[in-house]
Amino acid sequence: MIKYIFKRLLLMLIALFCITTICFLLIRVLPMSPPEGTNTAQKDIIEQIWDARGYNDPLLVQYFNYLKGIFTEWDFGTSWKIDTTTPAWDLLVGRLLPTVLVNLYSLLFAIPIGICAGIYAAIKKNKWQDHAVSVMVILFVSVPSYVYAFLVQYLLYFKLDLFPPTILSLNDSGGWFTWKMFHSMIPAILSLSFGTIAGLARSTRAELTETLTMDYMLLARTKGLTRAQATTRHALKNAMVPILPGIIGSFIGILGGSMIIEQIFSIPGVGQLYIKSVTLRDYDVFMMDSIFYTFVSLLAGIIVDISYGFIDPRIRMGER
Amino acid sequence: MDKSTNIVSIPKEKFEFVARGERIKDQKFEDKPIGYFHDAWNRFCKNKASIVAAIIILCIVLFAIIVPFFNPANIGTVANTRYQNKVPRNLTLSKIGILTGDLEIQYNEKGFANIVGIGIAAGTDFENIPSIGEALANAGELQPVTKIKSIEKVMQGRNEKLMYNAMVDDYLQVGFSYEDVEQEEYQRMLAWQEETGIQLLYPMIAKNEYNFAESSGDTNTAANWWYKTNSRGEPVRINSQGNAVIIKYDDINDLVLEDNYQRDADGNLVYFNYVGGGTQETAMYRVRTLYYNYYRYTHEGREPEFFFGTDTSGYDMAYRLAIGIRLSLLLAVCIFAINFIIGAMYGAVEGYYGGNVDLVLEFISYVLSGVPFIVVATLFQIHLAAKAGAIPSLLFAFVLTGWIGTASLVRTQFYRFKNQEYVMAARTLGARDRRVIWKHIFPNTLGTIITASVLAIPSVIFSESMLSYLGIVSLGSPTQTSVGTLLSNAEKLWTTYPHLMLFPAAVISLLMICFNLFGNGLRDAFNPSLRGVEE
Repeated sequence: MIKYIFKRLLLMLIALFCITTICFLLIRVLPMSPPEGTNTAQKDIIEQIWDARGYNDPLLVQYFNYLKGIFTEWDFGTSWKIDTTTPAWDLLVGRLLPTVLVNLYSLLFAIPIGICAGIYAAIKKNKWQDHAVSVMVILFVSVPSYVYAFLVQYLLYFKLDLFPPTILSLNDSGGWFTWKMFHSMIPAILSLSFGTIAGLARSTRAELTETLTMDYMLLARTKGLTRAQATTRHALKNAMVPILPGIIGSFIGILGGSMIIEQIFSIPGVGQLYIKSVTLRDYDVFMMDSIFYTFVSLLAGIIVDISYGFIDPRIRMGER
Repeated sequence: MDKSTNIVSIPKEKFEFVARGERIKDQKFEDKPIGYFHDAWNRFCKNKASIVAAIIILCIVLFAIIVPFFNPANIGTVANTRYQNKVPRNLTLSKIGILTGDLEIQYNEKGFANIVGIGIAAGTDFENIPSIGEALANAGELQPVTKIKSIEKVMQGRNEKLMYNAMVDDYLQVGFSYEDVEQEEYQRMLAWQEETGIQLLYPMIAKNEYNFAESSGDTNTAANWWYKTNSRGEPVRINSQGNAVIIKYDDINDLVLEDNYQRDADGNLVYFNYVGGGTQETAMYRVRTLYYNYYRYTHEGREPEFFFGTDTSGYDMAYRLAIGIRLSLLLAVCIFAINFIIGAMYGAVEGYYGGNVDLVLEFISYVLSGVPFIVVATLFQIHLAAKAGAIPSLLFAFVLTGWIGTASLVRTQFYRFKNQEYVMAARTLGARDRRVIWKHIFPNTLGTIITASVLAIPSVIFSESMLSYLGIVSLGSPTQTSVGTLLSNAEKLWTTYPHLMLFPAAVISLLMICFNLFGNGLRDAFNPSLRGVEE
């Protein structure tokens, strides 16, 4: 097991290295220009800084310096447009909290509902309740999340005026953990939840209907358990085995968040930073954000794979 | 059960041998044999949801193809600054009260006088001007205000003001516009006006201190301030001493606006001014037209009607949607082909050869799948969009990573089949790798490949709309657009004009739902283990 984990981590690091290299080379060949709205003197200064930091060196030298910066000083470059001369890493870390908060709330809201809906559908298999859940699932899975975001905005803000259209700024709410902030986040949380609810409901239903027909369920019933007891104690536990890794993976995925929801509800998160860095051509930040997204997606993949082995002792990871 | 009750007591002599003399073992099946694909087709046809989804996809495809052909006069294919964000309107359906092109707008008294004034000035009698009340009571076809829904009293400071919630025709409320035309064109306009009896040319407005557009510098609605106002836009009258006084009224219905038309020395109305350089014979004319009628003049007499309204640039929404859907479908077809070709080949090689080949190829696809798609798409846009165009670079991005899911599915299928006896038999008989792969194993994985390729389509459509919505890919141009672009244009305006959001969102949702249902149906149909299982 430990050997397998090490192997996967090593593989991940190699992949991350390859991706970083390609991204770096592709991004650094792009011509850089000083931020708009600066005068010639400032532009000169910035260009001198770039020169001093080796932005005009040959690409491979630049790449070597970049890697050295990361390993020795944890330096991922500097923002030149979004927030001039702030280290890219600091910019990213400052954006992490809102993204994580919104996505965490949404997961905490969606997971119980999704699983419950799935269980309910599986128990009522082929009755109208099951069909209703199936329709809900196909709607929630297929319709793009931004359409839900608009619907939620329209209903909850425009028609009912229950929530603000976008999340409040820190000044208005008084902090990330205040009730006011949470209240203004609810539309975003809701719009993020639909997809998760549907996905979970679908997989829970599929797994549970399969385990409900297993022989051990018959045994459980014959030894005197009620249907509810047999379902919760035997079927559910086994049905959760393939589902739980996915849930764990989505908890890693909250670091990345959803770009489009962040844009619609103007959440100052990682996704918004990414879009800003692309539109403003702030390449160091773009590079940082790309590495971050890559890392999150690779990490989530590994943790999903490894957690299979932890959750279900019957599965031996890395076995041929 | 009732038939089997007497089985035990059937007397022996009632039994007789079937076909004792003939050999039946080599007889042919009387039915046609059903192959894998035939069977899949049969099962697909039983899945009603998928059939409906397939039909809807077909309808959307037809919509995307047919709409431009249904538009011989090219209505709504060029940007139109006067008719931006117009609500849906259809003349036939408006008779039964839907798609009337009406919009509810709130006006203060000044604004209300102005909007009703547009209807008054659109009449052909320029001398006898009716009061607001009369104009509303005898509203003609060109009166924008179709219905007053409610009048509210609102406190503004200390004063009590009336606010009018009125239903106005969105196409008439733009009112008048100035157009600069050649003199020949002017003659044609006059002739058209004679021929059709539709008033096209309206008197010019005097440029004096009573012209609100002059004093406020407002050029957009300049042609609508045809009555005398003070610099705050309140209607005024010139009294006998020659001073402007604000018209006082208890009820706005009694208000009679005083016209501010330009008159020549003899007191006749002036219908054009010279603009641009040149002599009196060659200079262009600036004329004042009612835009609604000018639209009819420029569009072969057709009144403006847009089933889905117009978008933020004044294009016909149906036309733009058709273009957007075409792009989505183009991507869908491409991604299907890419999955089919690259995904299948890659997976086949991986799965069939196994070992080190598999390890290397698997690592490559692992690295590729590790890069988030949005990063790939962004890099391609930054590097290629200027040279190759936005759509090809988007396609390249899909080519690079789109096939990975299918490839891994095909790989597992090949692992499953490659050690089966029939493959061994083929190899023993001397079949080469290529033949074994394509002739013997590949057909067995075809169902998986088709299903995976179809199920990849919705995510591609979503990615495209997301990228263009976020502005990472810019696809908006006079000839090209995408559903995501339409949505992102609507972002700031859609609370006022819901149709801007409603139609693109509905179309893309419908497309995604249908492709998902269709893919699910295919998956079930191609899955032999589900055969005979009727839910």
